[in-house]
Amino acid sequence: MQLEIRGLTKRFGTFTANDHIDLTIEPGEIHCLLGENGAGKSTLMNMLYGLLDPDEGQVLLDGKPAKFATPGDAIEAGIGMVHQHFMLVPVFTVAENIMLGREQTRGLGVLNRASAAALVRELSDKYKLAVDPASLVQDLPVGVQQRVEILKALANNAEVLILDEPTAVLTPQEIDELMSIMDSLRNNGTSIVFITHKLREVKAIGDKITVIRRGKVVGTTEPTASEPDLAEMMVGRGVKLVVDKDEPEVGDVALDVKNLTVIGTRGTTVVRNVSFDVRAGEILGIAGVQGNGQTELVKALLGLVRPASGQIQLEGRTISRHGPRQVLEEGIGYIPEDRSHDGFVSSFSVRENLVLDLYKHDEFSRGLALNQQAMTTNAQQRIEEFDIRTQSMNSSVSALSGGNQQKVVVARELSRRLKVLIASQPTRGVDVGSIEFIHQRIVAERDKGTAVVIVSTELDEIFALSDRIAVMYDGRIVDIVSPDILRDEIGLLMAGGDAKGAAAPEERSGSGATAAGTAGFDEETAKNA
Amino acid sequence: MSTVTSLRTPDATDTVRDPAEMQRRVKLTVTLLLVSAIIFYFWWTIDDEQVFYLLSGERTRDTVPGEISTHPVTLTCGIVVLVAAVAAALGLMRHGATTLISMLVVGLAFLLCFVVWAYSDLDVAFKPWITNPLPGTFAVATPLVLGALAGCLCERAGVINVAIEGQFLAGAFFASVVASLTYSAGAGLLGGIIAGIGISAMLALFSIRYLVNQVVLGVVLVVFAQGLTNFLLDQIPNDATIKAYLNEPPKLQDIAIPGLSDIPLIGEAMFDQTILVYLMYAAVVFVTFVMFETRWGLRVRAVGEHPKAADTVGIKVRRIRWQAVLLAGVFAGLGGAYYTVGSTGSFDKNASSGNGFIALAAVIMGRWHPLWATFAALFFGLMSSLRNQLSLVDKIPSELLTMTPYLATVVAVAGFVGRVRPPAADGEPYVKS
Repeated sequence: MQLEIRGLTKRFGTFTANDHIDLTIEPGEIHCLLGENGAGKSTLMNMLYGLLDPDEGQVLLDGKPAKFATPGDAIEAGIGMVHQHFMLVPVFTVAENIMLGREQTRGLGVLNRASAAALVRELSDKYKLAVDPASLVQDLPVGVQQRVEILKALANNAEVLILDEPTAVLTPQEIDELMSIMDSLRNNGTSIVFITHKLREVKAIGDKITVIRRGKVVGTTEPTASEPDLAEMMVGRGVKLVVDKDEPEVGDVALDVKNLTVIGTRGTTVVRNVSFDVRAGEILGIAGVQGNGQTELVKALLGLVRPASGQIQLEGRTISRHGPRQVLEEGIGYIPEDRSHDGFVSSFSVRENLVLDLYKHDEFSRGLALNQQAMTTNAQQRIEEFDIRTQSMNSSVSALSGGNQQKVVVARELSRRLKVLIASQPTRGVDVGSIEFIHQRIVAERDKGTAVVIVSTELDEIFALSDRIAVMYDGRIVDIVSPDILRDEIGLLMAGGDAKGAAAPEERSGSGATAAGTAGFDEETAKNA
Repeated sequence: MSTVTSLRTPDATDTVRDPAEMQRRVKLTVTLLLVSAIIFYFWWTIDDEQVFYLLSGERTRDTVPGEISTHPVTLTCGIVVLVAAVAAALGLMRHGATTLISMLVVGLAFLLCFVVWAYSDLDVAFKPWITNPLPGTFAVATPLVLGALAGCLCERAGVINVAIEGQFLAGAFFASVVASLTYSAGAGLLGGIIAGIGISAMLALFSIRYLVNQVVLGVVLVVFAQGLTNFLLDQIPNDATIKAYLNEPPKLQDIAIPGLSDIPLIGEAMFDQTILVYLMYAAVVFVTFVMFETRWGLRVRAVGEHPKAADTVGIKVRRIRWQAVLLAGVFAGLGGAYYTVGSTGSFDKNASSGNGFIALAAVIMGRWHPLWATFAALFFGLMSSLRNQLSLVDKIPSELLTMTPYLATVVAVAGFVGRVRPPAADGEPYVKS
């Protein structure tokens, strides 16, 4: 099926999210949609899937105009979508999720679970997507949940499959596997729209690349285009893909974690016997797929959860039993992974958010009252220093773009004298310009002699910043390695295997099967590492 | 060398105790020790050698009651609970069926000893006998179960229903009016159902269409139903001939099911009841089946857990929610009818006296599952039934007794149910972005 988009436009108030977008997707083609966060890729796809009404323009299927008022219409027309945040009901089984909306029944609306399970098995055999129809979705790893999402679309006989940032949550091995799935779908005649902001991936798998910037198509190119060229198209100016940094001048041990174990809210052990240290003036990157204990480890370091056992020492003093306030006062800075949840109060102004954990200091308080004058001076300085793009210091943080919101958090945390900086996903959902800036500031903080811990699921970020890399899997630190390790090796570690090639059996067979299909991709990754 | 360390790591972490689990263990042990202490106190203070009980039939001059020897029974129960406390202290009481059964045994042992204590050493000439609390249990629990089913249906679809009490009141009033007008108790049930659906429609309209905060909305609807029924009741002239047509309904008659009603202990309680109680049984089966085995039920649970996921597969979220809330009105309205045609007859102000909120508690205690909610409602029914019985025995102040069912519910919800996970999108209106 050929899918053509003509002049599709969507406005939210005065903001034009999509401005006359034209796009043609040929049958059996993997068409990459490349663009930064907030460029309007998801808006476009949501219009295509009937979740948003376009203000102008039309969609043509095999040359005939089509109109999708609801996702139901889009599904009917043969369009399937795998959303960035999975649209799966966690407490349902795989079969229930796949049958939802097009349920197999025995008549009178009574569910026929057996036939639903049979359909899942049939599809998963046909497309080589192994899943157990009876397992609960919430018990499955994200990679498998994604397979369920793809199966769900295929069960609806999708001829055009939209994959919205599908690789964000996957390990490098799972990404390889996804690539080979996409490859086999393409060979079966399914067209795929692959949305991403990762250059390596579009080059590895794409047949055609369309770049979107600020709601407009800036160009269509072939996957042979070089990475710097693609980056320039995507951002609109030349981008440095590497962070400038010198060799670290390493000092004494600043943060020392010994045998730390944390038990999660559900009673399962989420951090298992973790030990590491970070020295002043170095950056330790903690790599790992989302959900392998990094979040809980950081929470324990901050005193947000009490560890079940183990010790945390800051410059030789034990802080394992400190609460968050004490931890902050000891000189630990914290950039949380979910800034809108833990990083700021979105309805407060930029000025107020810049002193959110400093208001008690003499500098900003006068007895019980706040020192408004000092807060204003502070805000002026920080906005200038960190290039925070805001209409005024009094506009609320919620009005800022993701990158500028993150700069507010970074500015606040770096405005204290720090011994240790803990940054969790410091550039998630942030535009490339801000990423560059935040990375530079973190390196500058390191050079001031601060020990830095970066937790990131993005390997690019880990490689760009780290002086040493700790890899977490299933709550453990599997290994601590130097950043000149190969990308593939670290991928194996992230999946719980051994970097020297002795991977756990299941990962071994998985990546082995896909190796042939994505040989080009592997080369690419190796080069980048 | 490195292999040895990596092999040893799991052992090292497995010995680490979860603080939350330890806390639970301590709490459970202390509670059980306290319970056994109270039972031993009963054993120590009771003077009577035996108390009498009669589990079925009328008490006449010739009836020979059963006997309970007070001291052996209380002592045995005390020891059983003590053993359970020791097991809890040793960490044997984990989550699971065995624990559930042991907790049930402990609960029953405590109730038995409490009743024995309450009926012993009475300084009256005519000694009361312990009677079967179950018939009362089923009677009191019927509206609660129906209300809880309504709650489950709404909340599984993602609409919080605090207005069950309002549905009860409206159902009770209109059941009485319709039954009086038609002189048919069965038609009264229909009136109750329609009133229940009416309140449901308001709940759905304001919560699904106008996105009003659902807890506030529920409370407002309760107050609205109170005001409306009181107002309409006051409009009925105090003239016997007119009143007969408006608020003197015929009551539902007990129907004994041949065979089943002769089962000892539970026969009379379960199978010699009004049609409303049998409808309640059917409703429990119906709601459980519909919710878990049908296409519609799957969709209801999907819109309550992840409405956006349901939307992306072409399910009309708001429509499903409307349907669920309206269907809930049927059961809540039937529950309300219990308070007039199902029991006392004519409607009095505030006829359901807050039981709608107990039904809501049963929903939570039953973890949003119709079957468990039914058991929770029966538990409250048992407590109420015991209270009614014990109020005849002058051992405990009646004001204190009145509190017990509510207190027991709060303790049960807080202590034994603990933190439960409601449907993920419960109370969140669905707005397309």
